[in-house]
Amino acid sequence: MPRVIVDVVPKPEILDPQGQAIARALPRLGFDGVREVRQGKHFELDIDDAVDDGALHRIAGELLANPVIEDWTVRRL
Amino acid sequence: MTSASSGRIGVITFPGSLDDVDAARAVRYAGADPVGLWHADDDLLGVDAVIVPGGFSYGDYLRAGAIASHQPVLRSVIEAAHRGMPVLGICNGFQILCEAGLLPGALVRNAGLHFVCRDQWLRVDNVATAWTTRFEPDAEILVPLKSGEGRYVADSATLAQLEDDGRVVFRFLGGNPNGAANDIAGIASADGRVVGLMPHPEHAVDRLTGPSEDGLHVFGSALDALVSQPEAFTAT
Repeated sequence: MPRVIVDVVPKPEILDPQGQAIARALPRLGFDGVREVRQGKHFELDIDDAVDDGALHRIAGELLANPVIEDWTVRRL
Repeated sequence: MTSASSGRIGVITFPGSLDDVDAARAVRYAGADPVGLWHADDDLLGVDAVIVPGGFSYGDYLRAGAIASHQPVLRSVIEAAHRGMPVLGICNGFQILCEAGLLPGALVRNAGLHFVCRDQWLRVDNVATAWTTRFEPDAEILVPLKSGEGRYVADSATLAQLEDDGRVVFRFLGGNPNGAANDIAGIASADGRVVGLMPHPEHAVDRLTGPSEDGLHVFGSALDALVSQPEAFTAT
């Protein structure tokens, strides 16, 4: 069964306070040098062969991501 | 079907709605008849206006309001709104209306990451919408705010258009609680019939249970809108 990965991240201009909190925590753990963290979502979809790329992009753009605030990528494994 | 003399205002219940009962109570306080609407039913039962209430529909899974915005009842609400039916989204309801595309922009995690629960002063910047005509211009009102994802964002062109068109309806006073763009607490559609806001006017209709009675005017305004235009937007 084909597997599809959809990754969703906040747009660059959208403040990501969760990512900032993670970035601030890293030095406390001894990890220096991480300048920025953006937190997003990772979806794994198992699909039938009949689901085409157009449908996948609609799934990503109409439900999995909110295009107002998020960018997304779709890739087949 | 219409009964504009009393005014029938629908209140939607989703799995995870919390404030549908208070919204129905506020409708009743304002002198209209609340009508319960169910998320899985696309029948608006002939109501004259719709309130999408607060809460955590579908547990805020995926994004706040995202799943609810695709439910059958919302498809009917979108159609009715395009015909001019007054629609009010409160808190999670505001998030749902943005996700559904009835209002521009989006609500995201508060800048400080903390859930904010407090009585909040607002200024009513637009008293011409279907939900704000009973307020005096620039009225300052006190209503509860309780949200973790209440920070309004939109691209700069959308923000400029909202400001230029006077579509910012409610603005935070006394300090921005969540980092919302331009201190925006609530906005309206271009025709002023659809309004969404993060604070909760339905919790401010009775001094026994809220900080003021300021919220009552929101629901009374809708009643006035129904009486003045009884046939234009009745649900079919």
